[in-house]
Amino acid sequence: MNPEELQQIADRIVSMAQPGEQVEAVVAWSRDTEVRAFEGEVEHFVSADSAGVGIRMISQGKQGLSWAGVLDDAALKECLAEARDNASFGSEDPNAGLAEPDGVEPEELSLFDERLVHADTEEKIRLAIELEAQVRAGDPRIFGIESADYADSVMATALASTTGIRRSSAETSVYLGVYALAGDEEDTTTGFGFSVGRALQDLDLAFAAQEAVQRCVRLLGATKAPSERLTVVLHPYVTSQFLSLIAEMLSGESVIRGRSPFAGRVGEEIAATSLTMFDDATDPLSPTASDTDGEGLACRKVPLIDAGVLSGYLHNAYTARVAGTNSTGSAQRGSHRAAPGVGPHVIKLMPGDLSAEEIISQVGDGFLVHDIAGLHSGVNPVSGDLSVGADGVRIRGGELAEGIREVTIGSTLQRMLGDVVAIGSDLTYFPWESTGLTLAIADVTMSGQ
Amino acid sequence: MLEEPTIQRVLAAAASRGADFAEIFAEEKRSSSALLDDGRIEELTSGRDRGAGIRVVVGESTGFAHTSDLSEAGLIAAAETAASAARGSGTGTTIVDLDRVNAPRPNLVRIMPGDVPKAKKVELLLMANEMARAEGAAITQVSARYADSHRRILVANTDGTLGTDEQVKTLFSISAVASGDTGMQTGRESIGRSVGFELFDTYEVGDLARTAAQRAITKLAARPAPSGEMTVVIGPGGGGVMFHEACGHGLEADLVGKGASVFAGRLGEQVASSLVTLVDDGTMGGEWGCFAIDDEGRPAQRNVLIQDGILVDYMWDGLRARAEGRASSGNGRRQSYQHLPMVRMTNTYLLGGTSTPDQILSDTESGVYISHLGGGQVNTATGDFVFGMTEAYLIEGGRITEPLREGNLIGNGPGVLTSIDAVGNDFAMGGPGTCGKDGQGVPVGDGVPTLRVASGLTIGGTAA
Repeated sequence: MNPEELQQIADRIVSMAQPGEQVEAVVAWSRDTEVRAFEGEVEHFVSADSAGVGIRMISQGKQGLSWAGVLDDAALKECLAEARDNASFGSEDPNAGLAEPDGVEPEELSLFDERLVHADTEEKIRLAIELEAQVRAGDPRIFGIESADYADSVMATALASTTGIRRSSAETSVYLGVYALAGDEEDTTTGFGFSVGRALQDLDLAFAAQEAVQRCVRLLGATKAPSERLTVVLHPYVTSQFLSLIAEMLSGESVIRGRSPFAGRVGEEIAATSLTMFDDATDPLSPTASDTDGEGLACRKVPLIDAGVLSGYLHNAYTARVAGTNSTGSAQRGSHRAAPGVGPHVIKLMPGDLSAEEIISQVGDGFLVHDIAGLHSGVNPVSGDLSVGADGVRIRGGELAEGIREVTIGSTLQRMLGDVVAIGSDLTYFPWESTGLTLAIADVTMSGQ
Repeated sequence: MLEEPTIQRVLAAAASRGADFAEIFAEEKRSSSALLDDGRIEELTSGRDRGAGIRVVVGESTGFAHTSDLSEAGLIAAAETAASAARGSGTGTTIVDLDRVNAPRPNLVRIMPGDVPKAKKVELLLMANEMARAEGAAITQVSARYADSHRRILVANTDGTLGTDEQVKTLFSISAVASGDTGMQTGRESIGRSVGFELFDTYEVGDLARTAAQRAITKLAARPAPSGEMTVVIGPGGGGVMFHEACGHGLEADLVGKGASVFAGRLGEQVASSLVTLVDDGTMGGEWGCFAIDDEGRPAQRNVLIQDGILVDYMWDGLRARAEGRASSGNGRRQSYQHLPMVRMTNTYLLGGTSTPDQILSDTESGVYISHLGGGQVNTATGDFVFGMTEAYLIEGGRITEPLREGNLIGNGPGVLTSIDAVGNDFAMGGPGTCGKDGQGVPVGDGVPTLRVASGLTIGGTAA
């Protein structure tokens, strides 16, 4: 379905609002393809269209939601009636309300690449098979492939509301990803690699394959290390995961609920002065860039930390109203099933001017962290306490030394922000809402033997 | 949901290009939830999904398509897409007569959540909020969630299977934040069972609220967790997720088949301490991971995976079992009709032993007592895992002493299994879980008695 058809459905739902009701309708459609290759053959090929509608109703300050995975007229009517009924059970909240148009015009981003719509199925299959083959050939120690996938999606969404917001858009995305296994008699390691884009032509298959192979083999022979406090150097992939967490604590939702250690601290120094962080929501180079947010407001750049000083939070219409400010265009909706929450689009740190190699050499003695595990179980977003499983390479005399695995690194996020000692120039994009770069943080506890 | 002649014609369309196996999975699911935060009922949400997934297997290759259009024309269109998506050369199959699968329902649902007035669900949330806040002025924030779902499935395939099931689940969870001089701490508690609203005849939301609030308050006084390798005692119920993650995933036949499991090729070997018997059981009435038939139409089973330390069997879905010429173990599950089934756990637990919990503790000179583990993840190929400790204490001189702040617990699955040197007689199931694998989430249960892991676990604390 195209955005115009979806917009008509959204408009029709909104037109059924009764006096005094605020109604917002989100209609989404996607066509997805997934190919998994194994041992040179197609293990599975999935092809499907899905669609859904989500309705939010606010009546007398009470909110109700309803969604359906079908778009026929009867379902839409039932969905609206359910939302209306649900709203009657909510608590009255003077701040409840939909987003209001704020006059900010969305930037023109080209998120839809027509070439994907006409892409050849055989070519998609070839990519998955070739990805598997390249990884297997990448190193003699690769002994297996857990998955080698090609996936793409053509998506369209439309939103309409009784407050006068009407927006529709379309987007394409493609993904190649592989999980590989390497080992010898004593040791097994795993590694993944991926490449993303908006059409097949954007994909860098060799890069994805190489990443997976390297991630696998560099940890072969790694061992547990003795516990100590040291400087950690985070790989951009790890940094991006930490930045996602910090952004979660800077979301208006955490802040207004008293669940953020950064609540009420705008204007205070919360990080090293070298650190500047913002949500660069409309950066066209990012796979997660967006022109409009989950409530139909224009996405925009949101400053969060300026030279170590907290400059503000991310807000949707509701959290902004509670906090007495304006939405930053940061409403995020997981799908048509979810109420709009708050979240970033493209979190970035202002890059420094050192390369990863220069940072490693400057740190001299430390731990280069390639990967972390258990981030969400290991971080208390309220207190900021943090401990995560980690693996990587010990840095000695400014050079990479022995591999380390099965250790944890621990601190608090607040302390880590203050102890940043070097910021890399290697800004890297990922297929999630945070970018990364090499980041060195002093005085972190590594727990091992 | 679908008439038998329609099913026959759709399967025929799916197998029309020469298939070894074809299957229809139809699903209708209604869910509702209510959320309380900051003292207010923030919103009620209800949703419904309906559709069918069609799978066609030709040789080693599977084609899959799904549709929300359950008309015969819609299903046949999806069947044709799935048939053309499957690649390879099959021997072809003819459809035999469909045989209805007679699987016992694991339990009866007494009160359908859909029949309960929404006002009653809201009342539970408000009550929980009040009870949690009544635990002390330190409780500064409370959020709570009520959710129920009603899922009807129909599975039919060219092997002649025709099965239906109705799965009802009800869940309540609460999270309390306590604030003090040392900052903020959270405490959580949840209960979820494959039953209807009668859940609340057995469980008082007030008790859940008090437990969550007390967890948060206790942690205010907690000291940073130590770091390094130490002896760990895991409390009843709260640590089952470790066996789910650290052992269960490695026993899934799809991962084993790809060499992505440390347990591959080890059937019949001693893989754990002789105190360990590990079971996966989809038949446990009322538990979060139970059902009558799995999402491939196979009746739920109780499967012993490790018996007295010896690896007895893996868990199987239809596809992997077919390739090995054996029967599925009833572990073929999927998130929804939009997903392909794969090998998944149901309720995974470690059987109780003979020691009393007191004996185990008093025999432990020093270490950490974990009464509640949070989420975690495992690398099945290496067995390395990590979990959050959401409630833990120091053990000193055979006694539980001070509470510890949150930290992660890391270790290696096979290493932990061989290091278990005491298993208690106080088996308990843990809270409801959602297991994620390859992008799909399914409801699972877990359970453990008190047990001690003598070595091999590292606490990742923040204390120097």
